[in-house]
Amino acid sequence: MTRKSDNPIVSLVSRIISPFIMLFALYVIFHGHYSPGGGFQGGTMLAAAVLLIRLSAGNEIAQLQFKKDLGTILGSIGVLVYFGTGFLVMLLGGKFLDYKYLAKILPVSEVMARSWGILFVEIGVGIAVMGLLVAIYDDLLEGDPL
Amino acid sequence: MKFVNYLILIVFGCLMIYASMGLPSRGDTDAILNRDISPVNSPNAGVHYIKNAYKDAHTPNMVTVTLADYRGYDTMGETTVIFTAGIICFLLLRKKRNINDKKE
Repeated sequence: MTRKSDNPIVSLVSRIISPFIMLFALYVIFHGHYSPGGGFQGGTMLAAAVLLIRLSAGNEIAQLQFKKDLGTILGSIGVLVYFGTGFLVMLLGGKFLDYKYLAKILPVSEVMARSWGILFVEIGVGIAVMGLLVAIYDDLLEGDPL
Repeated sequence: MKFVNYLILIVFGCLMIYASMGLPSRGDTDAILNRDISPVNSPNAGVHYIKNAYKDAHTPNMVTVTLADYRGYDTMGETTVIFTAGIICFLLLRKKRNINDKKE
């Protein structure tokens, strides 16, 4: 299904474009405080950049960039980052996901701590969405008889 | 039977279009959802978010504040849904291959 493409234009263009898609995805995640965007959108674009290489270079070569087993692990880590932020706030004395208590460990005011908490959560969502979308693609390929 | 299916589809489509005519127009300040005070005399949540989003979290994009701060539980649930979808793909599709391996 995803053998290496014979066309040099396809492989070259996807190789050049993929890092820029990743860069823009990171911009979407980290600039979500000021413009439309956030974890879900940025994570999807990160997954798109990884899947572009998988489609153009073939599944075997793409393993060098992003291992097959890494997807599920990254997805679990992303969800853990989200829950971990909530439980960390609980350990610091607040309610679950009440970010202003992050000011006790971060050198910022309580109001800015909420902004930082939003950023942590968005990063967690981005990692989870990226890992799981790639993992779903890889899992679907497992049924491929080739 | 196919004719009946199409008929039901068209009737429901017409019903949806007819019902959508009763919705308030976008940005209508007199609509119940957009008022400062809800019909039961309690302050409306959306108005509170719009007024206090920047003051509470110093984040200009109030959609982000609403999604990740005020409604953090909701986004947590969404992440869990995606996680569940990925894990189910993992369990269903990879286990199948393992059974085939044992047969060989």
